[in-house]
Amino acid sequence: MLIPRWLLSDRAGLVLLAVLAILGIGVPILSLWTPPDHPLHLSAYTVTLLGKYLCYALLAVAVDLVWGYMGILSLGHAAFFALGGYCFGMYLMRQIGTRGVYGDPVLPDFMVFLNWKELPWYWYGFDHFSFALLMVLVVPGLLAFVFGWFAFRSRVSGVYLSIITQALTYALMLAFFRNEMGFGGNNGLTDFKDVLGYPIHDDGTRIVLFILSILALAGGYLLCRWLVSTRMGRVLVAIRDAEDRARFLGYRVEQVKVLVFTLSAMLAGIAGALYVPQVGIINPGEFAPINSIEAVIWVAVGGRGTLVGAVVGAVLINYAKSWLTGALPEVWLFALGGLFVAVTLLLPRGLIGLLRPRETTT
Amino acid sequence: MSELISDLDGGGLSLPQKPVDTRHGILLYLEEVTVSFDGFKAIDNLSLYIGDGELRCIIGPNGAGKTTMMDIITGKTKPDSGRVFFGQNIDLLKLDEPAIARIGIGRKFQRPTVIEPLTVIENLELAMSGAKRLRGLMTTRLNSEERDRIAAVLERIGLSEHGGRLAGILAHGQKQWLEIGMLLMQEPRLLLVDEPVAGMTPAEMDRTAELLRSLAGSHSVVVVEHDMGFVRSIADYVTVLHQGRVLAEGQLEDLQIDPTVIEVYLGAGDAYH
Repeated sequence: MLIPRWLLSDRAGLVLLAVLAILGIGVPILSLWTPPDHPLHLSAYTVTLLGKYLCYALLAVAVDLVWGYMGILSLGHAAFFALGGYCFGMYLMRQIGTRGVYGDPVLPDFMVFLNWKELPWYWYGFDHFSFALLMVLVVPGLLAFVFGWFAFRSRVSGVYLSIITQALTYALMLAFFRNEMGFGGNNGLTDFKDVLGYPIHDDGTRIVLFILSILALAGGYLLCRWLVSTRMGRVLVAIRDAEDRARFLGYRVEQVKVLVFTLSAMLAGIAGALYVPQVGIINPGEFAPINSIEAVIWVAVGGRGTLVGAVVGAVLINYAKSWLTGALPEVWLFALGGLFVAVTLLLPRGLIGLLRPRETTT
Repeated sequence: MSELISDLDGGGLSLPQKPVDTRHGILLYLEEVTVSFDGFKAIDNLSLYIGDGELRCIIGPNGAGKTTMMDIITGKTKPDSGRVFFGQNIDLLKLDEPAIARIGIGRKFQRPTVIEPLTVIENLELAMSGAKRLRGLMTTRLNSEERDRIAAVLERIGLSEHGGRLAGILAHGQKQWLEIGMLLMQEPRLLLVDEPVAGMTPAEMDRTAELLRSLAGSHSVVVVEHDMGFVRSIADYVTVLHQGRVLAEGQLEDLQIDPTVIEVYLGAGDAYH
């Protein structure tokens, strides 16, 4: 059979994949092959904005995997997103070469400005695209693995774990703000010129990045959907709902948690790596605790433990954010908070819950 | 990373490969076990032996140490001193909870603990021994042998009609049976069953008694229970725990006329009838 059964029974997922396919074909056509004055023409700005939403959606899927299925409320997932972004940003910085303000062939502008004479060791290798891609997975994955190893082994869970994840992202934010860290401090990494030789601001490059974002989201979704439909998925639910039961059935709960948490962090890293070339900047603000909390709200609004809900929530809330921060900037945080409260009280199963008949559980 | 996966794969150091040795007819040894919490001795020099294939009831007032004893056997609590062996050869104090579960000790909690959003069959699948290796977890389907095993357990616990229903909508008694069924899927040598009939109707209690009796022989079964009528209906050999120690052991009829047992029970009020 062409479509495996685990996917065939996932109607909402098939709809999502169909929508992504339509976007993947439609957006390039409307952007590249329609004249700029055509009513359906999509500007480069719109394409970039859509691409950004897709990256957020992948981050939301990563959050839903650990929160919705395994019950780990991570309030620090934006850290993994930002680390993936920094890794790819470092590659983009090295591509600038002599075109920087100071024209140094090796050192990025901010290092010249700080009077640094040579590249710090941890910047080595980032001039290679493939090495940078590898690091996009390795750095967030390694951090998640080490963090999870200690936190889960010590059986830290529930609200305590959430607080530690929040502290993790906050600590990283403070560290990355420091110039001495060698990641551009306050300003972060920006002024990118090209990626793999293609000018980063070209319409064609933007379309390619957009299509890659679609593929990453579709791939990330399929991976998570497959995982939760296997026996492993049932183990995750058991850990979420009755951790001791899972343990006394013979499952090494801590190891499952570490593995899935690491996988989720890697997905978040990929999302961050695609985000940076599209928005053109990565700075320590991406580590801000509010970013991680927002990602959790996307998932809650869309419907946790559904994966599709995470995508829906991320896109809708970010669309609302784009619109509202333009129209009424001071209202946004109140609207977000109000929305979270309203969804928690009125729609505990999120927007996706409206579409699915309630299963009769007591 | 590879070490982690091999451990998850069931080949970890903490998993003894040797089969349990019960040549002396004893499956579980607890010897001079003591554990205290903040100076309070929850278990005080407790020695207890469970025979291979035996059905043993353990009774005792609240705080007698029944649940703590189960925690020690299953690796949740490590005692301050004493020896806990599975057969003659497996030192349970060296193993953690998952390893103890995998060598064949199943535990049913006091409150029925099933995975409510999953179906009855999925709950049993989750508990199936052999499915816990990483490769086994990466599949979405059951093979025919696994399906047969699940069907056999469903039949045994009387839930054949309910395989496709969500565990969360089962009646209280059915949840208890499902949890016992999950234990059976682990193919354990020893079942530890904590208050299986709490909250059950008399008809459900009869069926549970029948189920537990049918398990003895091929399994050792340890039942902790408050309900004297139920204890009478399943076990002839009973251990009375009191203040972390064995107060008395023997036939239920003899214990019921034992003055020390009567004193403990009268002192504990009328919650145990």
